[in-house]
Amino acid sequence: MSVVTNTTTIGAIEAPSRRNTELALLGFAVVIPVFAYLNVGLAIDGKVPSGMLGYGLGLALLAGVAHLVVRKWAPYADPLLLPLATLLNGMGLVLIWRLDQSPRLIATSMRLYDSFSPDAPKQMMYSAIGIAMFVGMLLLLKDHRVLQRYTYISMVAALVLLLLPLVPGLGSAVYGAKIWINVAGFSIQPGEFAKIVLAIFFSGYLMVKRDALALASRRFMGLYLPRGRDLGPILTIWAVSLLILIFENDLGTSLLFFGMFVIMLYVATERTSWIVMGLLMSVAGAVGVASFAGHVQDRVDAWADPFGCAKEGIAACQQMSQVMMSFGSGGILGTGLGQGNSDLIGFAANSDFIFATVGEELGLAGVMVFLLIYGLIIERGVRTALAARDPFGKLLAMGLSGAFALQIFVVAGGVMGLIPLTGMTMPFLAYGGSSVIANWALIGILIRISDTARRPAPAPAPSPDAEMTQVVRP
Amino acid sequence: MSELTLTVMRLGFLAVLWLFVIVAVQVIRSDLFGTRVTQRGSRRQEARPQQAARQAAAPPQQRGQQSAGGRQRRGAPTKLVVSEGTLTGTTVALQGQTITLGRAHDSTIVLDDDYASSRHARIYPDRDGQWIVEDLGSTNGTYLDRTRLTTATPIPLGAPIRIGKTVIELRK
Repeated sequence: MSVVTNTTTIGAIEAPSRRNTELALLGFAVVIPVFAYLNVGLAIDGKVPSGMLGYGLGLALLAGVAHLVVRKWAPYADPLLLPLATLLNGMGLVLIWRLDQSPRLIATSMRLYDSFSPDAPKQMMYSAIGIAMFVGMLLLLKDHRVLQRYTYISMVAALVLLLLPLVPGLGSAVYGAKIWINVAGFSIQPGEFAKIVLAIFFSGYLMVKRDALALASRRFMGLYLPRGRDLGPILTIWAVSLLILIFENDLGTSLLFFGMFVIMLYVATERTSWIVMGLLMSVAGAVGVASFAGHVQDRVDAWADPFGCAKEGIAACQQMSQVMMSFGSGGILGTGLGQGNSDLIGFAANSDFIFATVGEELGLAGVMVFLLIYGLIIERGVRTALAARDPFGKLLAMGLSGAFALQIFVVAGGVMGLIPLTGMTMPFLAYGGSSVIANWALIGILIRISDTARRPAPAPAPSPDAEMTQVVRP
Repeated sequence: MSELTLTVMRLGFLAVLWLFVIVAVQVIRSDLFGTRVTQRGSRRQEARPQQAARQAAAPPQQRGQQSAGGRQRRGAPTKLVVSEGTLTGTTVALQGQTITLGRAHDSTIVLDDDYASSRHARIYPDRDGQWIVEDLGSTNGTYLDRTRLTTATPIPLGAPIRIGKTVIELRK
């Protein structure tokens, strides 16, 4: 028998931080939009666009700053989130710039407002603010569990944000939906920020209440029906989202909030009955409102038969049929950047309908890439939720990626005619300051949670084995 | 700009976009498709014939072991009891597995005893089910009754084994 005299300790393999992978992908994600910019310039003017160097350097600078901050303050964060978001943001800038070049849109703008100002520089500024928000999130939020302390403050803040557009004098109704507020000459869409704040409230609330919601329930026809007092919050949220729908005419936001709540309830309680109830309630709400509000009614008509009702001159129907034509003329491989006619969509071509430009100029192949990139961001978010060690982080990551997913479903589904169109922005791609800034903040929180989740566990306390054995003195 | 250049650029751009997605998916390959196990599987298949041969050769010995483990001898100890020291009162059921004693945290019985070594001693059944104690080169030695162990020694029922300040014994 051999005598064991010494032991080798096998430590856990050091978790790779994968920051270099992120840097490489980030480089790739900056080069692609520059290539796109060049492509648009060559297609429209036949020469290399003059702003290419400045644009490329600007995007690279923003991406570089974000990367360095992640490297320093969130070294174990997920390597994919930042490059994917950067690529989407960069491509969004290119598409907006491409629509700025369109003579048709310039003419329309001149006719309506007597002035035309390109949106791409503004979007570049919003992106810079977005990156600043992202950096601020990582610097100020050292541990996402701090947010748990502000559960009920978040609820109040979210309600205030949602109700702000209804305040007379502050809110402004644009194209039928009252979701903007005017502050110091800027119009802000508070709903985009409410999305994040509400996710914080839901996570904090459900973390405490999930056992009551999951276990204290009666079984009825195969469904678990919770007690009345536990049902209170979901009914409240449902009512609030309906109120938004009725008073702000914003189908998308109300769907987003209610859907996010149902997703988080399901994740927290593992009860399928919540999904069934949520679907029933949202269908009931949507049908009820659609039959009353004319604004929503138009959208439903435009969805059911865009070409039929376009003849009647309803704006929503005309836009929808233009978008359908745009997607259709793109075909599988698209017409090429800068060579499509998606600028024929006169209204909101670079915000709500920007996906039609993707569909026309990059074709089905390009649309699929964008949907896959969104899908990958969501996958990373869900993965972060799986890996997170604390229930609050799990729920928050799940809620944020769920909201992101719902938003993409609502916008892309609406633009492609799968569901009635609602006025929401495609995250990162569409023109709109609030959207870009809020989504960068969202990515910042996800990166923070994934850093905490992937960080190796702290080294165990020094083992007692290391101490010397005392020798018995005879 | 010529038509050809633009077409090439258009297709090239789509290719680059797809390349990005593929590279991104490669980064998280193990997340999406699970860890790759094909190589190990094929190796196992190669090893199978050898294993079968070994199994064929093994039976007599294995059967002997099984009978020793399965049928408890009359008067064989069933548990190990700590009778002195900080762990007094602890019992460990004897189920044919080796029991290691020491301060190391991966020992079967972790001794909180300054006079015990990290890997102090072990107790294991031999082929006929007789329990044996063996000192693992400890600093202060392992004592069976009053004698310091030098080799692996069978343990009589109820005999005190002293390790530092801890005393253990085997009971029925």
